[in-house]
Amino acid sequence: MSSRTLPLLFINLGGEMLYILDQRLRAQNIPADKAKKGKNDRKRVMNDIITTMFHKKFLEELFKPQELYSKKTLRTVFDRLAHASIMRLNQASMDKLYDLMTMAFKYQVLLCPRPKDILLVSFNHMDAIKDFARESPSILAQVDETYQQLIEMYTPLSSGEFQLIRQTLLIFFQDMHIRVSIFLKDKVQNSNGRFVLPTSGPVPYGTQVPGLIRMFSCGGDEMSRLQFTNGGNYTSALREGCFDICGDRVTKLGTNMYSVSRPVETHMSGTSKSSAQHTKVNTAPNPLAKEELNLLARLMGGLEVQKPGNADSGFRVNLFATDEEEEEALISRPDELSYGVINIQATKDKQANAELAKIMGEFSEPGDQSPGTSSKGDDLLAMMDSL
Amino acid sequence: MYHKEKSIQIKNSASALYNNLSVLRIAPRQLTYFTVVHANVVNMVSASWDGLNYSHRQLQSKEPNVATSTSLIMQAAFCVLPSRELLVLTSQKGIQMYESDGSIMVYWHALDTPETPTEQAVFARGISAVWENYICVGVSSGAILVFDIPSKGSNITLSEVLEEHNQSVTDMASECSGSQECIANLVTADDGGNLCVWKSGEEFQLLNKIPGFDMSCSSVKLWKGTVVAGYGTGQIRLYEAVTGILHAEVNAHARWIYSLDIAPFSGLLLSAAEDSLVRVWHLSMTPETNTVEVAHLHNECVTDTQICGAKFCDGDGYAFAVTGYDLSEIIRYIQS
Repeated sequence: MSSRTLPLLFINLGGEMLYILDQRLRAQNIPADKAKKGKNDRKRVMNDIITTMFHKKFLEELFKPQELYSKKTLRTVFDRLAHASIMRLNQASMDKLYDLMTMAFKYQVLLCPRPKDILLVSFNHMDAIKDFARESPSILAQVDETYQQLIEMYTPLSSGEFQLIRQTLLIFFQDMHIRVSIFLKDKVQNSNGRFVLPTSGPVPYGTQVPGLIRMFSCGGDEMSRLQFTNGGNYTSALREGCFDICGDRVTKLGTNMYSVSRPVETHMSGTSKSSAQHTKVNTAPNPLAKEELNLLARLMGGLEVQKPGNADSGFRVNLFATDEEEEEALISRPDELSYGVINIQATKDKQANAELAKIMGEFSEPGDQSPGTSSKGDDLLAMMDSL
Repeated sequence: MYHKEKSIQIKNSASALYNNLSVLRIAPRQLTYFTVVHANVVNMVSASWDGLNYSHRQLQSKEPNVATSTSLIMQAAFCVLPSRELLVLTSQKGIQMYESDGSIMVYWHALDTPETPTEQAVFARGISAVWENYICVGVSSGAILVFDIPSKGSNITLSEVLEEHNQSVTDMASECSGSQECIANLVTADDGGNLCVWKSGEEFQLLNKIPGFDMSCSSVKLWKGTVVAGYGTGQIRLYEAVTGILHAEVNAHARWIYSLDIAPFSGLLLSAAEDSLVRVWHLSMTPETNTVEVAHLHNECVTDTQICGAKFCDGDGYAFAVTGYDLSEIIRYIQS
């Protein structure tokens, strides 16, 4: 459908990923004498990921008109992005991170009042990213350039074209009903995984509160007005959000919903039987997979991956309270919910695909392939093999 | 006025697409067919009127002879002509016409798709049978394709291309009252809310253009010479088709309207939107003043569901059916 959907999908999912990682990195138990180093690590991880996200070559590819990636390919892209720094996530934590990101953006797409407001949601994410990177002028320049690209590409679009983008995103998120604790607590998600759609509150900008019928004569004079009960409790629209680089976006959708008092929940909530049976994964081989892999490969060509200089400086982030919980989550995750990330056997058959091997080469540095130096999921190549 | 009846389960959930439900009554066999689009599949259910038998079929959007290509479907709609009934599917790749039971594909029309994706998406959307032998289909470029349908067989031809819309076609409808007095028998709508009113024939004649106001008209109907149009603002507007005179304006929904339908015998109007509400209205003509009146009759809230399809199941509006995004069932309502 819309060929302009991928940039919005990537930026908003990336924004949600940064919110979660920021919160988890802050919450991670850092020994007192390492506190200062811990703070620097968090900044470094955030900056590395933001730099990769807004890499010029990467964005050039991203903003080209194209169909959306498959769920698998996009998940693989975010695996790479999450590991673009010294931080490491094992598979259970990565699964959980991706679940939280996707359900958060699905909620925002579903709830945004007008299709055009998806752009405001994106700007909320961009505004937060800008704040994360406020001490790094070079990253800020990259982020500002992305604002310009978003404004140039999206502000001229008609309401119908935005609706097509929204419909394309909703097809992408269709049948995902993973339950998220923060949404359940806020009563914006039901226990069956469906989001709550309010029939109260302000109507979208440009819409009138339902309830009035006006009839006109052939001459154009208003003949009569009739009221009807609208079945809801609506109020008039708020002012329109700002579509410029800076400004009040009005909508809160896409802002950071996590904080110290509202942490990323670490107990399992997404793998209940009821939610799993709603998830249908197409297991047939995707005929487009080869092409997608090439696209992905092109994108990866733009990434510069930071590898830990020594074993001590790399560290692992856990999306669960304890390592035991994390392991448990990996084992108990239903097969239907497994993303089945594209399997690239990079270390096993490097010669199989010359182009892919070349790109893989950009990820690896001498010493990387020696096993033993890595803790859980530490090594990118090993990780790709194990997926 | 209406109460909920037993739902019909479908194999896959409905996608968020305009007018994502089509209904066909097969009276001699006491069956009703329903179609609902899910991404690249059309779910088809045939339900017996006694509620005892349901049979399912799935149609893929596939180009003939190209095994690998599938594309997203935009709409599926039954087209009823005096001589035959067809099921028409529109997708990113082209237009498929099936026998109404989905058993045989009788025609395939490919769209001009560029090798690499362009900024302007390519797809077909907006389907209507017109008069005795035409099926019209809208395209994202704004063009309307007119197909000439023989009374049987697969010798379907593209007879005309109408180029009056500058934005993607959203929906179209033919006169549904069956009245021969109405000159206009087709209305087409686009993403800018512009409406074109046509008289069919060997060459289609443009009778009137009703300008939009930069807001998509997502669903449109034509009844007794009156255009009923639903918009992204949640408004419904009623125009006299040939003059473009605005008869009524209704602040009907809090969010984007996805579907309108008319029960031609009773003048009942159904509207459904992303705001999870389905509303039933009554339209009446006042011949003395040549105006149309609208009265609100009924609300139905499908909790936490963005509704994408709503259709009456019969010409009187005795029953209607509803689909919603992410929902794997067709919800039915029947008059009490």
